[in-house]
Amino acid sequence: MQTLVRPSDTHASGSDPGLDPYHATSAAGRIEGPDKVSGRARYSADVRLPGMLWAKILRSPHAHARIHDIDTGAAAALPGVHAVLCYRNAPDIPWYDHGRLFDRTVRFAGDEVAAVAADSEATAEEALRAIRVTYEPLPCVLDMASALAPGAPAIHGTSNRAGDPAIEQRGNPRRGLREAELIIDRVYTTQVALHNALEPHGCVALWQDERLTLYASTQGVNTLRCEVADKLSIPERQVRVVTEHMGGGFGAKQVAWKHDVIAALLARESARPVHLMLDRHAENLATGNRNATRQHLRIGAKRDGTLTTITARIEIQIGAYRAGGETSSVDGIYHSLYACRNVRTEQAVVYTNTGPAVAFRAPGYVEGNFALESALDELARALNIDPIELRLRNYAETDQRRRKPYTSPDSLRRTYARVSEAFGWRRYVRSVDSGPKRRGIGFAAHDWVGGGGSPPGKVRLTLVPPGRFRLESAAQDIGTGTRTALAQVCAQALGVDIATLDIALGDSNLQLASPTSAGSATLATLAPAIHGAADQVRKRVLQAAAELLLEPAQALELRTGRVVANSGRELSLRSLCEHLGRRTITAIGKRAANRRSQSIRTCGAQCVEVEVDIETGEVRVVRVVASHDCGRIVNRHLVASQVMGGVMQGIGFALTEARVVDPRSGVVLNANLEDYKLPTVADTPVIIHAALDLADTEANVAGVKGIGEPPIIPTAAAIANAIFDAVGVRLYNTPFSVCGMLEKLSGPPHARMCDNDEPR
Amino acid sequence: MDSGLLRVQLSVNGQRHALALEPRRVLLDVLRDDLGLTGAKKVCDMGNCGACTVLVDGRPMYSCLMLALDWREAAITTIEGLGEPGQLDPVQQAFITADAYQCGFCTPGQIMSVKGLLDTTPEPTDAQIMRALSGNLCRCGAYGNIMRAARIAAGRDPGTDETGSDTA
Ligand code: FES
Ligand code: FES
Repeated sequence: MQTLVRPSDTHASGSDPGLDPYHATSAAGRIEGPDKVSGRARYSADVRLPGMLWAKILRSPHAHARIHDIDTGAAAALPGVHAVLCYRNAPDIPWYDHGRLFDRTVRFAGDEVAAVAADSEATAEEALRAIRVTYEPLPCVLDMASALAPGAPAIHGTSNRAGDPAIEQRGNPRRGLREAELIIDRVYTTQVALHNALEPHGCVALWQDERLTLYASTQGVNTLRCEVADKLSIPERQVRVVTEHMGGGFGAKQVAWKHDVIAALLARESARPVHLMLDRHAENLATGNRNATRQHLRIGAKRDGTLTTITARIEIQIGAYRAGGETSSVDGIYHSLYACRNVRTEQAVVYTNTGPAVAFRAPGYVEGNFALESALDELARALNIDPIELRLRNYAETDQRRRKPYTSPDSLRRTYARVSEAFGWRRYVRSVDSGPKRRGIGFAAHDWVGGGGSPPGKVRLTLVPPGRFRLESAAQDIGTGTRTALAQVCAQALGVDIATLDIALGDSNLQLASPTSAGSATLATLAPAIHGAADQVRKRVLQAAAELLLEPAQALELRTGRVVANSGRELSLRSLCEHLGRRTITAIGKRAANRRSQSIRTCGAQCVEVEVDIETGEVRVVRVVASHDCGRIVNRHLVASQVMGGVMQGIGFALTEARVVDPRSGVVLNANLEDYKLPTVADTPVIIHAALDLADTEANVAGVKGIGEPPIIPTAAAIANAIFDAVGVRLYNTPFSVCGMLEKLSGPPHARMCDNDEPR
Repeated sequence: MDSGLLRVQLSVNGQRHALALEPRRVLLDVLRDDLGLTGAKKVCDMGNCGACTVLVDGRPMYSCLMLALDWREAAITTIEGLGEPGQLDPVQQAFITADAYQCGFCTPGQIMSVKGLLDTTPEPTDAQIMRALSGNLCRCGAYGNIMRAARIAAGRDPGTDETGSDTA
């Protein structure tokens, strides 16, 4: 992957490149690299404990049913089975809206019905097969239209609307519409996408006396500790959650799921450690998904491109339950991305008898961005204004939602400039259309409400014999390189070589407040705390050394492994530790609050080139150039990998990924990695990261912001816009399947220009 | 045998292991649960993803689709068997150099696929690399860097920062 770094962007904050403490090691390899390439890195599924049992969960085959009866006798009697749980014998634990851990009513095909723990996986599977359940099927609703139809069976209470719609308005949208000289009025839909982190959800549960340890694949060791303790009605201090390495999460592992508590209950019941990792099938049914949306969008503009109004009516398919975690704000981007006086959104949340939705990388923003940025492209074409120019004419200089200035008001504009230059947007010459393959280019911008980080966040930094530093944070490394980035920030803040630093993370027993790996917040939350801890530790190391060297502390400097005086005298950290004896130098760094007067955002832009085969309907993404403002870049390999990964997931969302539910039974038809189409190596375009390394020191002392979520946000819209450029087909519904493309390509040219699948 | 267990010997990473296995046991499970070699991962358990890839007589194969007792005669190599003590195999090193991973869960499988390719085709073309990797999914989307790691291991890319190739 190529990263284009341009000095003027890299150090536009005015700092001298030679003094930039992050610069020297910004291309360092991951410290966990050797463990990951040798198979040594231990993930939750790899935990092996003496006497450990294997657990499996029985799931409902029905989308909606009442459990009449369960007979677990035969299962419990099988040799090797140590525990069987269902509503009959499990503790009655409230879960979700009005449900229970083991509910008598199941509300989607995949809902938990019973669980077993046995000597081996095979025995556990046999035991599941031996459980007899009598269901009384109930009528179900599987999509939003049927869920909202009059007389539809209600999944909870009396209506399938989960609460009142969220309405947000500024200005006078009606007047904005009257003032408009051109109106784009469209309905967009997006599909349910599945996270499919390659490591499934799950944990290994171990009880020692009254204390529970969960080796869990979780994005939030502290959140999970708190939620599990609450569900089990035991004090938090009796629960420990450990996440050494994790194989991705993408949002779906930020809440306690039923299986976490089920594992704990099975382990308690059997008095043995229990290994409960979901299989791929369950992973695709019951561990969250990106909500489907329907968005009716209207934007009005003057002939010169000035937006006069943006309104959107949004429906979100949440599935059978509200699983919690980060909310999906499809409406967010409509209020912030462009300067517009008159904006109104109405966002309703709809229950269906399908697996529950949960945050998926930039929840809501991916969906909202697809609609808004498709519409902007359509507007640009209708007005005959260059798409980037149109966006510049509506540039939001301030956060209109919170009515505050941004900490980096100019950065979005700079990402436009970076991508268009690196891509050659204005110079682009279409290859001559010959044969069935047509090329085209598309642009999309985005912002993202996350990436700024916030309290609480604490780290502990200690000088340990024989002169090394130890950094501790409870935060887990979801797989993005948190471990490496935090260690780099710390080594640089101390001014020592990273090789003299050890880092421990992913353990709630460290008793340090830490963020969940969500909202692109980890680095921006913890880096400032690390700076605080490093300042304190350095000061105390220098004071201690001053006493021994008989030099004033101000005349001393901390270097790798030693303290050096202006006079040239030195003290090794090893001897310092020896002199300290049992005294330790340790400090806790705390994340300070963000400034109330300013608003932090992350943002960016992407240009995409596609090739459409008008005979087969196939769309190939050829090239993507991405530029994102993530503040100062601590490690450009890690950032480039995040960009690459986000773009790849954006390509999957745009072209191939969709959960397919049987419209009658509610059964998921592609709950496996054969039929659920993740992008593969052959789908990989050239991806260029046009790096924008702008320290956002207004945001925090470390100048860093997040990059986890942003790169997935604009990809689908940029692809849609490029497809239009290539073949004149405007797409309103993700994913852009081969079948759908063929259908549109075969329609009359007029229909191509303005088709809009859904009746309004 | 009464217990239904069969005595088999498996040769894994150059060592012979005497095991008593149920005939239905799958190689991936035996590696992970009986031999403690948890480098190969179980992701789909049905031959869709490649996370369980190991070398069998030098050929990359999905260990989740293989009955362990069918492979008594074979030389099986897992990710743990690559490199020498204290020294990584060039393919492993190339993955670090190219940052060819994020979460690392697919990585052992990806590395074994590249290793299998290079052992038989030391100078592969991009098309050959892509074909060799086409059975390995990476949800973190590190494909571009994985391709580059393969090129570095094949000696086609010096692996320096400046030469970062940008093609997939
Ligand atoms: S686990 Fe074997 S191919 Fe997926
Ligand atoms: S690195 Fe995470 S799946 Fe490949």
